[in-house]
Amino acid sequence: MRLDLTLDWLDLADVTLLSLYVSGMATILGSAIGIPLGTLIGLNEFGGKGAVKTITYTLYGFPPVLSGLFVYYIFSRAGPLGDLGILFTPTAMIVAETLLVIPLVTGITITSVVEVDRNIKESIRAMGASTSQSTLTIMREAWVGLLMACMVGFGRVIAEVGAAYLVGGNIDGKTRVLTTAIMLETRMGNFEWAMALGAVLLTVALCVFFFMRKLQERELL
Amino acid sequence: MTHALELRGVTKRYKEVTAVSGASLEVNRGEILGLVGPSGAGKSTLLRLIDFLEPPDEGATLVGGQRVLFGSAKAALVRRRTGMVLQRPVALNRSVRNNLAYPLKIRGVDDEQIFKRVDAELKRLGLADRSAKNARTLSGGELQRLCFARATIFDPETLLLDEFAANLDPANVAMLENQLKSYITVGGSRAVMIVTHNLFQAKRLCDRIALMWDGGVVEVADKKKFFENPENPKTAEFTRGDVVY
Repeated sequence: MRLDLTLDWLDLADVTLLSLYVSGMATILGSAIGIPLGTLIGLNEFGGKGAVKTITYTLYGFPPVLSGLFVYYIFSRAGPLGDLGILFTPTAMIVAETLLVIPLVTGITITSVVEVDRNIKESIRAMGASTSQSTLTIMREAWVGLLMACMVGFGRVIAEVGAAYLVGGNIDGKTRVLTTAIMLETRMGNFEWAMALGAVLLTVALCVFFFMRKLQERELL
Repeated sequence: MTHALELRGVTKRYKEVTAVSGASLEVNRGEILGLVGPSGAGKSTLLRLIDFLEPPDEGATLVGGQRVLFGSAKAALVRRRTGMVLQRPVALNRSVRNNLAYPLKIRGVDDEQIFKRVDAELKRLGLADRSAKNARTLSGGELQRLCFARATIFDPETLLLDEFAANLDPANVAMLENQLKSYITVGGSRAVMIVTHNLFQAKRLCDRIALMWDGGVVEVADKKKFFENPENPKTAEFTRGDVVY
């Protein structure tokens, strides 16, 4: 039997795939911004660097609902980008979740590149590497940390509900993801479904992290 | 005569500490200049300044008679033509083969050429059977040999070696010293500067030797004069082993 607004097994597949899509895209975009940004901050000296790092670390705790609120405003009809008409779409959810990923990836990247042995950094330059070659080589040396940054970013958004709910609207078949579906099922008293969805969420996360950990353990040759 | 390399009154400070103080010396083409001195005299810092890894606070560096400023395009070019072995040898987190290939890759040499040279060098180093292993699994001696090869594989005009054979067994020391001797004899246009604590090694390898003391270069002399008839009493004291560290 299927009730309105509740899930059947086919919906479950759609919801799971959408969760993966939104979280995956947000992780990719957040990492594409956060890794270069963190590397830039970590490897260069400039005035106010300490303050930039403190702000970045503070944003680890940025409430998802605030990110959602910000994106909601930007893409709402009265907002500056309202004409794009992407509010209550997966795109808006990706934007909101990307904002959550960026500080985490940036901060962990800063730590990872800074932690690369000073002697290795000097050795790379002594071998004649240009600034860009040296930067790329240091990033490669910090590979494990950078992948960890992506994993933490993904972990943050796959489990996130506030921003996804606010800018996605939890529309059946369009913007419903695992976390918003769990919330809905719980509110409707369908605890078994909510628990089952929770198990699916954890299984998805387990699979993704297993794959990423395998990547992390790979020896670079 | 234009020197391969010349330092004029170079000073480097780290906050309150003056690591190098008004150091002046020249390295000629075809020669090996040894840099000796007590620990903390500023030898390694001087080498880093010569390779433009750090900016000096005062003084000038001349390469081939031309002044080169830290951070300039010319400095980057000089660094590309200089091989350096740092005091603490380190490997990049990749295979032995790719570690050795790295200096050639960043110089845009094509892959076929790279691996032809790398494989020949690995054979010569006796590391061919370890080429696919991660270089961080090498022993200390193997790593030092790898670092030396990495600094010379691109035929640099200048070679800067900081304790390049420290902590090695005599066979490995002899191997590296022979490689250094063959490196310097090619074309007569190359210049080498080595930092060493081993006065016997300095005697074996160097044409001239400079003594660094408290950040300054106190004497530069031909090997024979340096050991037998030094001008500065500190040199005599140092070569006799009277220096209290």
